[in-house]
Amino acid sequence: MNYRQAKNGKLMIEILPDKCDFCGCCVGVCPEDAIELKEAEIFIIDERCTNCAKCVWSCPIEVIHFNKEGVLAK
Amino acid sequence: MKTNYDIVVVGAGPAGSMAARFAAEQGVSVLMLEKDRDVGYPVRCGEAISKAGVEEFIPSDDKWIAAKISKFSFNAPDGSEAIIDFGDAGYVLERRSFDYELARTAAEAGAEILTRAYVNGLLFDDGKVSGVKYEINGEQKEVKAKIVIAADGVESRVGRWAGLETHVDFRDMESAVQITAANIPVDQSTLYFYFGQDVAPNGYFWVFPKGHNKANIGLGVSGLIGKKKSAQSYLDDFMNKHYPNAPVLTKIAGGVPCSITLDKISGPGIMLVGDAARQVNPLSGGGIASGMIGGKIAGTIAGEAIKQNKLDHILTYDKAWNDRLGKRHETFNRIKEGIYNFSDDKFNSIAHSILKIPIEKRTLGKVFTTALINNPSLLVDIAKVFVV
Ligand code: SF4
Ligand code: SF4
Repeated sequence: MNYRQAKNGKLMIEILPDKCDFCGCCVGVCPEDAIELKEAEIFIIDERCTNCAKCVWSCPIEVIHFNKEGVLAK
Repeated sequence: MKTNYDIVVVGAGPAGSMAARFAAEQGVSVLMLEKDRDVGYPVRCGEAISKAGVEEFIPSDDKWIAAKISKFSFNAPDGSEAIIDFGDAGYVLERRSFDYELARTAAEAGAEILTRAYVNGLLFDDGKVSGVKYEINGEQKEVKAKIVIAADGVESRVGRWAGLETHVDFRDMESAVQITAANIPVDQSTLYFYFGQDVAPNGYFWVFPKGHNKANIGLGVSGLIGKKKSAQSYLDDFMNKHYPNAPVLTKIAGGVPCSITLDKISGPGIMLVGDAARQVNPLSGGGIASGMIGGKIAGTIAGEAIKQNKLDHILTYDKAWNDRLGKRHETFNRIKEGIYNFSDDKFNSIAHSILKIPIEKRTLGKVFTTALINNPSLLVDIAKVFVV
């Protein structure tokens, strides 16, 4: 698997913020320090993300999705 | 509030609170910042803890004890259940009140606490950490400190910003989900553990009583497993099989970095404690007791460093931690790797051999011996844990 084209490119990771429990697993495993987690707010910093998908695998409640088509960075 | 402290602690969980308390007790100025609205909320893990682990820090109090534990139940993949009685030795915590009480002891020692303060950067002075930047009520602020203690949990970034290698490999991250459910007819003094490929492929599944027939039910899976099937799906399968109609009261997600302690947990102006330092017991996944110990050691050393005006003293923290628990965790980690690779057959045969020991003779020591007959290579490691 190689999704490493997305720094500054297309963000393919999508977090469903309504369902997130803000547990921090994804933040802990993100090698790029690309996830910002505040009290009840979570977002991916798209200039840093490499679409490596590690956050997707580490989310215990399936709140992060990988979207091959890419998603709009908010 | 001042803008200059001797010590700033980031995170008010058990490790942060103990760091703040043991530093403040020495008369130095301490500020503890917490990103959430209340200390102890949201709850991250409904953890069981030994009585001795708690009482080193705070006298037992029914306020934060959800259940008193005296037995383990070991459930093998084939359904055999072996119960081991270990006497009056542990609690299931009411984490919210527990964390709150611990923070209170820090405040009583003289630490100031600020909630809803989201730390988003560090200040540096000549390559040394010299304070933190934080956001509060939408406003960006700064506070200076001679020493910053990072107790910011599994999602720790403070250590990274300070230049320490803190990133958790996704294979070591045990991503956990736990529900609290009602109408779970389990014994209220027993911790239940389930093993096997189908229930919890690289760890254990737990059912911990919470009083009044409620229970915490959950498991953690590593990123490697999570790649194929999430913790949530394993939990759903378990509930459908065992308690299809149980009302679910709350659900929480949480992460446990199940590995050995980071190589370096201190640097110029910075110390890491608790989950942020990976001070979790890798065998049980329990981080409260060991985090409190890490916090105590760090807080004590930081306080001494300030009083003696010798900031380099904080670099002795790595060794102090390793001597107290770090080395032991390395052994636990090897045992964990042994146990988590057990096949279902091995778990079954362990349960069967435990069942042959009469219940009144089933001490933990006997049970271990029995488990070891099935896996002699663990013997050396376990001997080290119990002999030293
Ligand atoms: S895909 Fe990789 S780089 Fe992007 S946020 Fe997730 S873990 Fe970080
Ligand atoms: S791992 Fe999942 S639940 Fe936890 S903070 Fe990240 S997105 Fe939210």
